[in-house]
Amino acid sequence: MHETRLIMGMPIEIEIVGAGNADALEAAFAFLVAVDERFSTYKEESEISRLSRAGALERVLNGEVQASADMREVLALAERTKAETGGYFDIRCPDGTIDPSGIVKGWAVKNAAARIRAAGHEDFFVNAGGDIAMGGVNAAGGPWSVGIRNPFKTNEVVKIVYPKGRGVATSGSYIRGAHIYNPHAPEEELRDIVSTTVIGPDVLEADRFATAAFAMGRRGIEFIETLQGFEGYAIDAEGVATMTSGLGVFTMP
Amino acid sequence: MKKIFTALVLVGSSVLYVFLRTVPVSQTVAHSSAPMPAAPPAMPVSSASVSAKSAYKDGAYIGSMADAYYGTIEVQATIRNGSLADVAFLSYPNDRGTSRFINGQAMPMLTQEAISAQSANVDIISGATDTSLAFRQSLASALEKAHS
Repeated sequence: MHETRLIMGMPIEIEIVGAGNADALEAAFAFLVAVDERFSTYKEESEISRLSRAGALERVLNGEVQASADMREVLALAERTKAETGGYFDIRCPDGTIDPSGIVKGWAVKNAAARIRAAGHEDFFVNAGGDIAMGGVNAAGGPWSVGIRNPFKTNEVVKIVYPKGRGVATSGSYIRGAHIYNPHAPEEELRDIVSTTVIGPDVLEADRFATAAFAMGRRGIEFIETLQGFEGYAIDAEGVATMTSGLGVFTMP
Repeated sequence: MKKIFTALVLVGSSVLYVFLRTVPVSQTVAHSSAPMPAAPPAMPVSSASVSAKSAYKDGAYIGSMADAYYGTIEVQATIRNGSLADVAFLSYPNDRGTSRFINGQAMPMLTQEAISAQSANVDIISGATDTSLAFRQSLASALEKAHS
């Protein structure tokens, strides 16, 4: 079964190959809806919004304030990622609000995939806005193929990779428009790298490091190069892609 | 006016493209674990365009396809408030035979390539999403229309 639903503000696509998977599909979607209820910063009554309003998020980390197990897990993960990326990954926004979306997506997809596996299905994928977890093979019995979207022409694919069970995440800035150069606002940040795709041990790992790498601009792909077990493909504002030295392995089926 | 502008953008981008291809390439160095110092920002495409003596007409304009030896270039220029505000590549040269250092200011140890359209016949697509509220609203309304 193969279905796409709009959850967490983005299309989430799940395919489970084989028969008897309707229940597993429903359960995976239901889990993602529950994640959105808890972690959406757009929902006033979500747990994260309530904690954020109370200024309590810091105190969740040191156990002073009660929070759900999932919340504590995600916040701890965010802190660890911040430390591991020299602060480039940070769920605290400049205005003081907390936005964990850079990590919730990968965490959610990883858990959804785990639930599908636990239900006994090996051949599947979950794709939440470019964050992908996969297992086994596609319906034709071949390795799952992933196309990296062209930042300048979003109906095009510019690179095909075969992650072979690994997780994939793409961080980017181009949905708002291919703003290569703005001579009217030279002080505006030049969006040098427009898209960074990371292949990692699982989708959560790929997601948190893709987010950090994107925040590092042109140095982000070098950062991915230094990470054991991660490969990356970064596209800049002029359509030139830079890849880590081990990416080639994933370009073959 | 439109033809002159289109020609200028075309010439400008072709000149820039030729320049980038002929810049001497640094030798590959042994990989070190220390990150390279930040590279200077890449030259913006619009710097090759002619500075406007008179205002252009607002809108988006597509240059005709130009042969850039390794493939074709086709640019779309957006004029806002009478000046060039945005340049997008609709078509970019394909040099799939070799991976090469296209930008002379690139990190020498990592391979680069010009992106080019591949078969869209893949199982899964990975691309960034914008989770801003405006995007969500727009997407929701579009999907609503798709339903009706």
